[in-house]
Amino acid sequence: MREPVREHLQSLASDGDGFVLDPDDRRAIEQERHHYEQPQAACIEALKIVQRRHGWVPDGAIVAIAETLGIGPAAVEGVATFYSLIFRQPVGRHVILVCDSSACFLTGYDTLRQALARELGLDLGETSADGRFTLLPVCCLGACDGAPALMIDDDTYGPVAPEDLAELLEAYP
Amino acid sequence: MTATRYRSRLHQAAPERRLETHPLTWWLHDDGRRVDLDDYVAKDGYGVVRQVLGREAPDDVTETLKAANIRGRGGGGFSAGVKWSLTLKGEGMPRGYLVCNADEMEPGTFKDRLLLEQVPHLLLEGMILGGYANASCYGYIFLRGEYVAAARALDQAIEEARAAGWLGRDIAGSGYDFDIALHTGAGRYICGEETALINSLEGQRANPRAKPPFPGQSGAWGKPTVVNNVETLCNVPAALRFGADWYQGLSGERSGDGGTKLYGVSGRVRRPGLWELPMGTPAGELLDRAGGLRDGRALKAWLPGGGSTGFLLQEHLDLALDFDTLGEAGSRLGTGLLTLVAEDQSLVALVRNLEEFFARESCGWCTPCRDGLPWAAELLRSLERGEGQPGDIERLEALAADQGPGKTFCAHAPGAAMPLASAIHYFRDEFERGIAGASEEVG
Repeated sequence: MREPVREHLQSLASDGDGFVLDPDDRRAIEQERHHYEQPQAACIEALKIVQRRHGWVPDGAIVAIAETLGIGPAAVEGVATFYSLIFRQPVGRHVILVCDSSACFLTGYDTLRQALARELGLDLGETSADGRFTLLPVCCLGACDGAPALMIDDDTYGPVAPEDLAELLEAYP
Repeated sequence: MTATRYRSRLHQAAPERRLETHPLTWWLHDDGRRVDLDDYVAKDGYGVVRQVLGREAPDDVTETLKAANIRGRGGGGFSAGVKWSLTLKGEGMPRGYLVCNADEMEPGTFKDRLLLEQVPHLLLEGMILGGYANASCYGYIFLRGEYVAAARALDQAIEEARAAGWLGRDIAGSGYDFDIALHTGAGRYICGEETALINSLEGQRANPRAKPPFPGQSGAWGKPTVVNNVETLCNVPAALRFGADWYQGLSGERSGDGGTKLYGVSGRVRRPGLWELPMGTPAGELLDRAGGLRDGRALKAWLPGGGSTGFLLQEHLDLALDFDTLGEAGSRLGTGLLTLVAEDQSLVALVRNLEEFFARESCGWCTPCRDGLPWAAELLRSLERGEGQPGDIERLEALAADQGPGKTFCAHAPGAAMPLASAIHYFRDEFERGIAGASEEVG
């Protein structure tokens, strides 16, 4: 095993950030196990359960989920780092997913992204200093007849013109 | 602000839609609200479950479907009936799973969203029938995490169906037990590849698996597993209600493939959207329905069914949009949702956008994909800036050839190669203008 990987897994196992899995979350994760033949299958949903409460998945949660499901922390971490909607570092209170696929690209994605950058002072992958917004790219949102499209938290918008942004963002304090 | 909230909708109003001609969308309300259990049953929804379960042998159901030749609407085009006939089942075989692929993420594709949000019971009915034919013990809907409204609609529909006895034990007195769980994903395009989807369902990294064994032999947790797309499964109830001949007849003279297709158009057109039309409808008719390109622009090129299909030209607009015809034209039907490119839009930039997408979404397992795609994207960025070097276009062609079928585990890299190779084929001069100094030489 490469040294940085070993160190990383050891730091996870040491549970240094004092993370405690909420009892409701633990129950929800245990409930999820019943949907599948093996507990590992519940691990993506478990990560999402933790993320719903904390906004992201801290190191300690990886260990806590692994213990709850009876699998190794490396298996959970491998999954957590694979999927783009699992956040292994803190994000803003609201996550903006900007669709950058072909239909949006052909109908004003670049202009929209630049307007977002101006409005928020953020580039893709960044979080605002006040912790309000994180801006991320996303695969085709399946809203191509409303392109260009974006999501803010659970809400999908499109077509979004640069001049709509100020009012749109106001709804997410 | 409500004006910009996205809502999935069909461009055909209720009077245009009949069960015999629009088996997928006949059910929909014009205002886009979900067709709930009462609405669905009022139109004899779940009637096919009652007609088939316990009355027709599972193998006969599969035979009907095989004859109907419903080709995979996720883009693969493989006959659902043939897939079902290859599922291991019978004495001594463990009962496996029926999985609905609702991981719609193909660039330019927005069709399954409509069915999921607005007529979820049609999908559930198709899944129950598929489960019965394949002797599956349980069903999963693998839904992309971003489809929040669809998740809500499916949760409600599953609860309604369970309460009414359409899911659970002894469905409609048939002795067949089947239930369905909704599994929501956490991003990554590769989850739509059926073996990657199975790994993801098992809670693992979504790397595709080597085939064989095919999922029908050994899929989720080593059990026989059938993976079908949303639209494919939504075709099943009507095909079994009216039979294979009727299904074949839906497309009339337009195509050797039967049924209807949820076609769509996006890009800079006046009226982007979705229509349910006979399989084999020509692209030109869709372009007309979409009102043509905005600002009276001419058409430069089009993708017939997502980012992993090959570009076609104005001269191909008369071709039937079906699997074989577009295959013969050097492209693929894919998902059947057209992306149109106007004359003033850069093909080099669009292909750069597509290859950046495929590079980002590669799972990283196979070298031609993991290393080849970022390389291609880099070369395209330099061509876009007008800083390409002599030999770059040939390098791109070589990279595309290295990503062809058989070089990697799954179809991700071959899919990425298709728009790249076809764009160079048809628009080589545009790529050549990206070589440093090219414009001076011409000027």
